[in-house]
Amino acid sequence: MARNSEPADSSTRATEAGTGTMAGNEPHPDTDETPERDGVSFGWEGVRSGFLTGIPIAIGVGGYGIAFGVLANQAGLTVAEAALMSATVLAGASQIIAVELWADPIPIAAIVATTFAVNLRYSLMGAALQPWFRHLSPRQIYASLVMMADENWALTMRELRSGSGRGAFLLGSGIALWLFWVGSTVLGVLAGESVGAPEQYGFDFILTAVFVALAVELWDGTSTLVPWLVALGTSIAAANVLPGRWYILIGGLAAAAVEVMRHGD
Amino acid sequence: MAIEPSAPALYGDALSLDPVVVVVILAMAVVTVVAKVGGLWLVRHVELSDRLEAGLDVLPGAVVIAVLAPELAAGGPAEWGAAAVVVAVMWRTESILLALVAGVVGVVGFRALL
Repeated sequence: MARNSEPADSSTRATEAGTGTMAGNEPHPDTDETPERDGVSFGWEGVRSGFLTGIPIAIGVGGYGIAFGVLANQAGLTVAEAALMSATVLAGASQIIAVELWADPIPIAAIVATTFAVNLRYSLMGAALQPWFRHLSPRQIYASLVMMADENWALTMRELRSGSGRGAFLLGSGIALWLFWVGSTVLGVLAGESVGAPEQYGFDFILTAVFVALAVELWDGTSTLVPWLVALGTSIAAANVLPGRWYILIGGLAAAAVEVMRHGD
Repeated sequence: MAIEPSAPALYGDALSLDPVVVVVILAMAVVTVVAKVGGLWLVRHVELSDRLEAGLDVLPGAVVIAVLAPELAAGGPAEWGAAAVVVAVMWRTESILLALVAGVVGVVGFRALL
């Protein structure tokens, strides 16, 4: 009954479903279930929520930013140069590898190619957002993707799978990461060598912990078992024979390929 | 006699930008943006079959496992123990923050003990 007096809500639902039959029989009277992949919106509320959720993680990532700053300082980069790299690249592992490759003269091709290879995994992570991001405009999508790093991708997958529909969560959590990443880079360069290793405080474990937590949530019973075992085996094998982070791409693609082959059977 | 490392000059240079360095950094930024954006761009512009959709569906979990597995394989008992703590806390509380704090405290503790 109450449905009829709230045309604003139910009419949009009905047109989306493309049916008028819902008016007669109410299949879901008052279930407050959020549809998992529908109604993804992009707004300040999502930015804010992502930002606040991202802050504790960003503080942990700051431990790495300091380490990166120290390494950049050792490689001979100035504060401005290191900060510029953190602000525009925003991809921790590739930046740390880049400053380790840094020399005089700068091996430009090696650095740029390695950066691309190390970051190619983000293509896979971004593609995994498609079920939710297809509801957003290109500008919203690409602005969000530029702010994507491992940690906030993991947080965002968790958020969107919960059905909150906060399409701006990746952007908001990315902004939190960006602020702490750039800030801690500057601190690291200025502090030079006087800072201890991130291992000392367990900061190096934060990324692992975020992904373990996400794996617990992504576990979906036995249907996940085969692709996960494929990813496990191939990534460990690839990590043993290939440099950099190719193993992430290979593990993810192998699991998807096996699933594609299994699908028809 | 050795040349003094020029500390004052160093601070004066803190804000300086070498043009070559800036070009390298911007090139790094460009390829990173291509990597971040490319996958979703491709998925948006290429028609996907049901089979490919099924493959795409397992990607999030598979990527998570592919990040984790070599990381944990390279670690030791301290990391494995702390990962188990994260799983247990996450399973019981479903709070990512609690799980992270427990994991980080766990890894520091296990490293001191083991």
